[in-house]
Amino acid sequence: MVRKLIVFTLIGVLVCLHPAGDAAAFSPQVIQRGAVGDDVIELQARLQYLGFYKGKIDGVFGWGTYWALRNFQQKYGLPVDGLAGAETKRKLVKASKYYEQFVKEQIRQGNEFTHYGGIPLSQQVKKRGSGGRTAKTTASNVPKGFSQNDIQLMANAVYGEARGEPYIGQVAVAAVILNRLQHPSFPDTVAGVIFQPGAFTAVADGQIWLTPNETARKAVLDAINGWDPSGGAIYYFNPATATSAWIWSRPQIKRIGQHIFCK
Amino acid sequence: MVRNLLLAVLVVAVVGTGYWGYREHSEKNAILIHAENNYQRAFHDLAYQIDLLHDKLGATLAMNSHASLSPALAEVWKIAAEAHSDVGQLPLSLLPFNKTQEFLSQIGEFSYRTAVRDLEEEPLTKEEYKTLQALYKNAGTIRQELRNVQHLVLENNLRWMDVELALATNDEKGDNIIIDGFKAVEKNVDTFSSSSEFGPSFIGLANEEKGFVRAQGRPITKNEAKRIARDFLGLKGTEEIKVTESGKGADDRFYSLTIRDPKTKGDIYMDITKNGGYPIWALNSRPIGKPKISLHEATNRGMAFLKRHQFTGFELYDSTQYDNVVVLTFVKSENGIRIYPEAVQMKVALDNGRIVGFTARDYLSSSIPRPLPKPKLTVEAVKKKVNPQLKVMEQRQAVIMNDLQKPVLCYEFLGTLGDETYQLFINASTGLEEKVEKLESVEPNYG
Repeated sequence: MVRKLIVFTLIGVLVCLHPAGDAAAFSPQVIQRGAVGDDVIELQARLQYLGFYKGKIDGVFGWGTYWALRNFQQKYGLPVDGLAGAETKRKLVKASKYYEQFVKEQIRQGNEFTHYGGIPLSQQVKKRGSGGRTAKTTASNVPKGFSQNDIQLMANAVYGEARGEPYIGQVAVAAVILNRLQHPSFPDTVAGVIFQPGAFTAVADGQIWLTPNETARKAVLDAINGWDPSGGAIYYFNPATATSAWIWSRPQIKRIGQHIFCK
Repeated sequence: MVRNLLLAVLVVAVVGTGYWGYREHSEKNAILIHAENNYQRAFHDLAYQIDLLHDKLGATLAMNSHASLSPALAEVWKIAAEAHSDVGQLPLSLLPFNKTQEFLSQIGEFSYRTAVRDLEEEPLTKEEYKTLQALYKNAGTIRQELRNVQHLVLENNLRWMDVELALATNDEKGDNIIIDGFKAVEKNVDTFSSSSEFGPSFIGLANEEKGFVRAQGRPITKNEAKRIARDFLGLKGTEEIKVTESGKGADDRFYSLTIRDPKTKGDIYMDITKNGGYPIWALNSRPIGKPKISLHEATNRGMAFLKRHQFTGFELYDSTQYDNVVVLTFVKSENGIRIYPEAVQMKVALDNGRIVGFTARDYLSSSIPRPLPKPKLTVEAVKKKVNPQLKVMEQRQAVIMNDLQKPVLCYEFLGTLGDETYQLFINASTGLEEKVEKLESVEPNYG
């Protein structure tokens, strides 16, 4: 009882100290796991304020946020569905504070920070970043088992190999790299497959180090997320330039743009 | 005077150019030697690993105690993996060498499966001993061939750069000792793996492509494929559709459609099975504008799309937002049992909430027999086997494919340990921990 009183007084003092804290709240959307953006930042900050969320406020609704939200829903007598709907948001806004300017400023500067209630905000920042960040969030969703750098490396390969191809041809080239990962005849890592000597002409002639465009990156993401326009191919070749007689002997699956995809 | 000056300038120029040329030459040489050395290392290492592999396989044959057999098999697994990685570093991708690669990867898989098994309870079967013997014999042949090539390479100072060149220029007449040697290895493995010596336990390891087992029905025509696409994608009918049929290499015949709408930018692509006319996948390449709807709304629209196209009994498993699109994974759910291999993925654009991608490849190629088995163990009994550190948050029944590519009925637990979330699958009839995965799909941005 006494402890609760102290906490409340502390919060009261804090509120007086930070009159800038505003209750401007969520957009009307229902926030669901996997979402990214300002609403997620607010959700994480508010859940952290109440002590449910202990992870980083990064703007990506991952598993940590999900369990925090569910625990909040349980404690506050809401249906436990892990969705931040109107009722959940209303109770959350009522129960917590959100110092938006503080949070946004820390994210912009790239600082390490927390947003717990009851502790002065100035004690919750560790200066780290050099500032000038333009990204709204400090993390990103990635497909399971792949990092942003793996995706970048694959995008480089796809761009070097197939930048003149239709979009679907680029997805197919990325899919071939992934099919090779699974195939016993090929190395087991993204880098192993891409840099296998002689496997890709773009690697041999250095075109892989051109800066890939957004299309190549999207094509890679689509392939990783399960789209395989190549029909399970592990080879492809350009019939106009292919020199190897052996590659012609492979059973062909389909042709996309300039490339023939085969087993 | 002027002449002398000119002469001096000329001399300096000649000496300078000569020096520059010499520098260029030696730098180029250094790079070539560096590249060559990388190949040489991978090659000699491969020869050594195969040697070791042969010895270790031989040793496992003589072992009788389970206590020594398991670690020996684990070592075979490691050596096979190293050899596999060595092959991947050699310029052999233009040379048919896949049988040998496959052989190495199969040795790895076989030894892994036997090494992790409790050999005390489930000793090696007669079949497996036969497989082991066959592997030993085959590894012996490869070893001999490779040692022979290695000897010739060392004796004649052969360079792998020449191999690369010969393969790249497709120089047929050139009698490259290395190429011939590797071709011989490949031929041996080929005849060997097609023989029945390996036994069924080994053949079964090969990932057999099952094809689209769900796509049953009479073959459709190109025009029917167009109609299916129009209906599935909600086209207006004014689009230009090009249909091509798959080549001979495809496991199952299918039609590939390219749909061009003169009004919108970007084409829509779609594959439809020939038998029964099932959509395999579709992808819209139009540019997508700023997000206007939420992930949750997109999920609802995805769900409605599934229902509209007779995909009933699916529930949302995962939803992820990438900039202005979301990727949704739905899995089949029957009486509260999630059937993970029967998954459908979808991509929804957040600018107008329309479906811009769909793939049912996994769903169409899944062949889980029905009715599903009943669990032999209760959830309470199984829950006792969960790591006590793990705080279980959710539980349900689920069917997954296990390590041996067999469908198994499991109890699934979602739980947290520290800051991490884990997904556990425990076999509902044996109580075996089939799969434990750390769920992580968020990565901090670097820089």
